[in-house]
Amino acid sequence: MPENLFNKVWDLHSVRILPNGQTQLFIGLHLVHEVTSPQAFQMLRERNLKVSFPQRTFATVDHIVPTKSQARPFSDVLAEKMMKELEKNVNEFGIKLFDTSTYKQGIVHVIGPELGLTQPGMTIACGDSHTSTHGAFGSIALGIGTSQVRDVLATQCIAVDKPKVRNINIKGKLSKGVYAKDVILKIIKELGVNGGIGYAYEYSGEAMQNMGMEERMTVCNMSIEGGAKCGYVNPDNKTFDYITNRIFAPKKENFEDAVRFWKSIASDPNAEYDDYFEINASTLAPMVTWGINPGQAMSIEETIPRILDMKEDEIDTYSLALRHMRFKEGDPIKGKKIDVAFIGSCTNSRMSDLREAAKIVEGKKVSPHVNAFVVPGSQQVKKAAEEEGLNKIFSDAGFEWRNAGCSICLGMNEDKLTGDEICASSSNRNFIGRQGSAKGRTLLMSPAMVAAAAINGKVVDARDYV
Amino acid sequence: MKSEKIIQIRGKGIVVSGNDIDTDRIIPARYLKEITFANMGNYAFYDERFEENGNMKKHSFNEDKFKGASILVANKNFGCGSSREHAPQSLMRSGIKAIIAESFADIFAGNCRMIGLPTATIKLESIQKLMNFIENNPSEILVVDLQKKELAYNNSKLNFEMSNSLRDSLMEGTWDSTSVLLEAKDDIKKVVSRLPYLNNFT
Repeated sequence: MPENLFNKVWDLHSVRILPNGQTQLFIGLHLVHEVTSPQAFQMLRERNLKVSFPQRTFATVDHIVPTKSQARPFSDVLAEKMMKELEKNVNEFGIKLFDTSTYKQGIVHVIGPELGLTQPGMTIACGDSHTSTHGAFGSIALGIGTSQVRDVLATQCIAVDKPKVRNINIKGKLSKGVYAKDVILKIIKELGVNGGIGYAYEYSGEAMQNMGMEERMTVCNMSIEGGAKCGYVNPDNKTFDYITNRIFAPKKENFEDAVRFWKSIASDPNAEYDDYFEINASTLAPMVTWGINPGQAMSIEETIPRILDMKEDEIDTYSLALRHMRFKEGDPIKGKKIDVAFIGSCTNSRMSDLREAAKIVEGKKVSPHVNAFVVPGSQQVKKAAEEEGLNKIFSDAGFEWRNAGCSICLGMNEDKLTGDEICASSSNRNFIGRQGSAKGRTLLMSPAMVAAAAINGKVVDARDYV
Repeated sequence: MKSEKIIQIRGKGIVVSGNDIDTDRIIPARYLKEITFANMGNYAFYDERFEENGNMKKHSFNEDKFKGASILVANKNFGCGSSREHAPQSLMRSGIKAIIAESFADIFAGNCRMIGLPTATIKLESIQKLMNFIENNPSEILVVDLQKKELAYNNSKLNFEMSNSLRDSLMEGTWDSTSVLLEAKDDIKKVVSRLPYLNNFT
């Protein structure tokens, strides 16, 4: 019987059905960062448990690292304490850590693929909701909480309910100046921030096939913002080429066998799904959020929806959003003045993101009232971008060029909005308070749109600048 | 390690209304910079409850009438966003022992299960009635009965939805899953031996 990737990979990793009906699922790759792991390691100590597969867990530091100077000790004493705790834990339990001294540090969802750790047909877990990113390779990648991190450390398994699978077909070709970020914002807008509850999303169709691996990561990354348990793309030659020669890629002599396995787990033609949804990529325009969740998004051509157009149960969130953003119904989003421009985060901090943004920025200047900065997703991205001279393009235009980390995507390090600043941001969440100021305002958009907004000092249509 | 059996929760209700209340609102990220969960109870809904200068805002967690409440009632997609277990930890450490909502975000509900905090869903009309009742009768005791999948208040009874797997874990006291997962050591070995990527793809 034809089967979809999700069911194949799930069955391969299913240890048993638990008495309560959940699946005991084996986790092939476990990634750890400093924020959601210390309590899990402590629970192991309290229970006198060891890490059962220490060679299948890898750690890095991303949320709390400063992006200006990363010299130790960090000037933030709490951040330094968390860093020390992670170092203590990985040493005690025998786990490999990619810290800043390794030149392989970065946002956990950037370095997993970059190091070749992330591969098709795996189950991947990390104490971070954006773990869904790794699904771009055709893996089941699940964000988990700290007690589940404990379970993975102790048993390499989690207890989990099996979700249903929704195929999302992205038909047609994207226009110039329209990107993966616009695709996923459109999907979340259409299906809602809770539309994916209980589902895994399979992204397919011409637009997905045309995307490179980094763009596919952007789409899968924000699956969680649509409420889905995870998102994935079927692996193809682009996937295999991306993995070739990476540090943890299969060895040369095994690579053909690996590809054979990877092909075998892709969804079969005529595979069945629990649900189906499609969007048309060819009519898609750049998307921008106007509210306080990623579903409150609109195309650059539209105006902020009117209360009359809202469904009854959307009105509360809608009204709160307008109050917080201090926007009016019917306002265009185009032309909104911005204070901060941020290019970075696990959604959009990879080479292709920086290249697209640099094309727009080259030879221009950041608007004088805008504080603009670029935070590469990893030390390796930073190095590659510098070898291409992208850092110089950004710096010459007036962007700050920073070190790798999560930065202002979330208010856990030195990078924060102040007061009610408006940030054009290539990150993934526009929640109230998300960027470190309770009154701060976030407009999510593609890196190209952020770059164009930084130059113009206001939200503009990236298609006019590519 | 067997965890506590959770069969019935009795307590006063507290209302946090609004759809899509995300985990950044439940606990702002800056309070995650601690290596234990011990203090998380101090930070629940922090920025919703306090101005930057420390002055209190209007929020149910600040209201005297809801002091000591243990059954939180919320709307749709409660706990969306980040996977931070700090969010349910902050609620539990503020005295919350069960959450009733229209719906929950997946990871949040999973995190609640892992710490023995029951989550149950009820449809909108009933949630609204329940919220109104609690607002007007904050000292009334509600009873969440997992056996009957029923919430009793004010001489009336509401059926709630809870997956059988969650209900079983809570009632059997197996929600702390580590020991359950450890039981299957031999089955884990079998999976390891059949995974191509752990065996050089042979």
